[in-house]
Amino acid sequence: MRSLVTATATELARRLDAGEVAAREVIDAHLDRIAAVDDSVGAFLEVTADHARARADEIDSRRAAGDDVPATAGVPIAIKDLFCTTGIPTTAASRILAGWRPPYDATVVRKIADAGLVMVGKANMDEFAMGSSTENSAYQPTRNPWNLDRVPGGSSGGSVAAVAGLMAPLAVGTDTGGSIRQPAALTGTVGLKPTYGRVSRYGIVAFASSLDQAGPIARTVEDTALLHQVISGHDPLDSTSIPEPVGDVMARLRDGVDGMRIGVVNELSGEGYEVGVSARFDESLRRFESLGATIVEASLPHAPYGLPAYYLVAPSEASSNLARYDGTLFGIRVDGETSAEMSANTRAAGFGVEVKRRIMIGTYALSAGYFDAYYQQASRVRTLILRDFERAFADVDVLVSPTSPTVAFPLGDKTADPLAMYLNDVATVPASLAGIPALSLPNGVDEAGLPTGLQIMAPTLREDLALRVAWAFEQDLGFSPIPVGHNTVAVP
Amino acid sequence: MLAQLAVTDDEVAGWTDELNKILAYAEQVGEVAAEDVSPTTHPYPLDNVFRPDEPGPVLDRDVLLAGGPETTDDRFVVPRIVAEE
Repeated sequence: MRSLVTATATELARRLDAGEVAAREVIDAHLDRIAAVDDSVGAFLEVTADHARARADEIDSRRAAGDDVPATAGVPIAIKDLFCTTGIPTTAASRILAGWRPPYDATVVRKIADAGLVMVGKANMDEFAMGSSTENSAYQPTRNPWNLDRVPGGSSGGSVAAVAGLMAPLAVGTDTGGSIRQPAALTGTVGLKPTYGRVSRYGIVAFASSLDQAGPIARTVEDTALLHQVISGHDPLDSTSIPEPVGDVMARLRDGVDGMRIGVVNELSGEGYEVGVSARFDESLRRFESLGATIVEASLPHAPYGLPAYYLVAPSEASSNLARYDGTLFGIRVDGETSAEMSANTRAAGFGVEVKRRIMIGTYALSAGYFDAYYQQASRVRTLILRDFERAFADVDVLVSPTSPTVAFPLGDKTADPLAMYLNDVATVPASLAGIPALSLPNGVDEAGLPTGLQIMAPTLREDLALRVAWAFEQDLGFSPIPVGHNTVAVP
Repeated sequence: MLAQLAVTDDEVAGWTDELNKILAYAEQVGEVAAEDVSPTTHPYPLDNVFRPDEPGPVLDRDVLLAGGPETTDDRFVVPRIVAEE
């Protein structure tokens, strides 16, 4: 039997439900783990130990009393600091929200609590989810549990590091252009960006509203499916929430890929992708063939325009969303003679450099005279990319590519060159712009022992298909998601 | 001004080149998509979403005011909006 911190959420739920272990034991084991390793990893901005112990004790009492308790009650989870949590600091890793305690829970947080999952902490991230390395956090960097000199990816870097570092078997992140999938790839974890609108955005600090989507992160595909089932579904509090039912994503999880057609996206591999990444990707294609799938070439001709379009659409929407941080309703204030001065001073002091960069690009791209050439033109490219996907999915069941062109890179490697950092998102952005579900799972390690990621993209609403393909691959590969090798966190 | 960000001269000097590079990269979107392509601003088409117009629970005023940096008499405090003549 695996230790409590190396066990999967599914295993923990089974043992908790069978009464073999108490929620308090599970939570204490993970809080001990956090205390032991998070000084070196930096996954959490806030460890909610008191909250977690109180919740665990309550769950144990209810189980002891014979109450109807969900099987998952007592399983720990890390929550990205972009989700509002009542009375618990929520900063989006920004100085501008320092000390702010939301008066309500995000719908995702409420659903997590309803399933009895216990929040152990708020996870670090790039400020306002803008970044691909978690180095844009205003508070601390997060280190990759597979190599502490390297980044965990971003923006959901704290969430994936908590899961890879065995501080929680589950985490929720958000993905606007790749912020779940790229960090999952860099830390040997599984991360799913569901269809846009599948998971409620209510109570999630907004970055780019037409792209933002919350999703599950775990060490196995089964756990990822389990958490997706918990957090997804229609929410009347989010007007962009999809009314179609989610269905049982576990029902056909084990049905395999025999007879499926899997498309390799020509434009999302080859040049610009590291040797180790490409080698693992090619092996993955052969593995799918050995499992009975047919590999076919597919093309998304406009995918190369995805990244430039994304870096207009996302900053434009961000510049509008972030207008609310003006020193009036929440967060910090830096005084000024007039209201406008107070706002400008507050924002200058409260936002980090990447956030300012994107606000400036966004306000410029939306300004009269430039709107047509930038935001409008980027939105047209979005249509072309949507059409590309529709055409491709007419011929194949799912599309695959490497998740990230690189493995985890050293801290500080790309902070001086914003464009180099943006290129991390080249393979993840097309699915974001089209709103389709896409998942990353580990497909091995490179020559230095760092994890590589395989991206599986599925048609709209078909998270179940992406998960099914991923499960078949994972079972055959037998990858162990526990970090090993030089300069990793110690495994109990 | 639109961005409502106070910037120093040093910052402007550093950012000009950097932002121009990013915009030059982003301008690639001009190479494709003629005007007959309709823009997509939302990936999942939904019609207007309505709900019954019924009163529901709302947060207390005190709870909402508690998040603000400066409040008084049940209101958020801001400096004057318009500069003096």
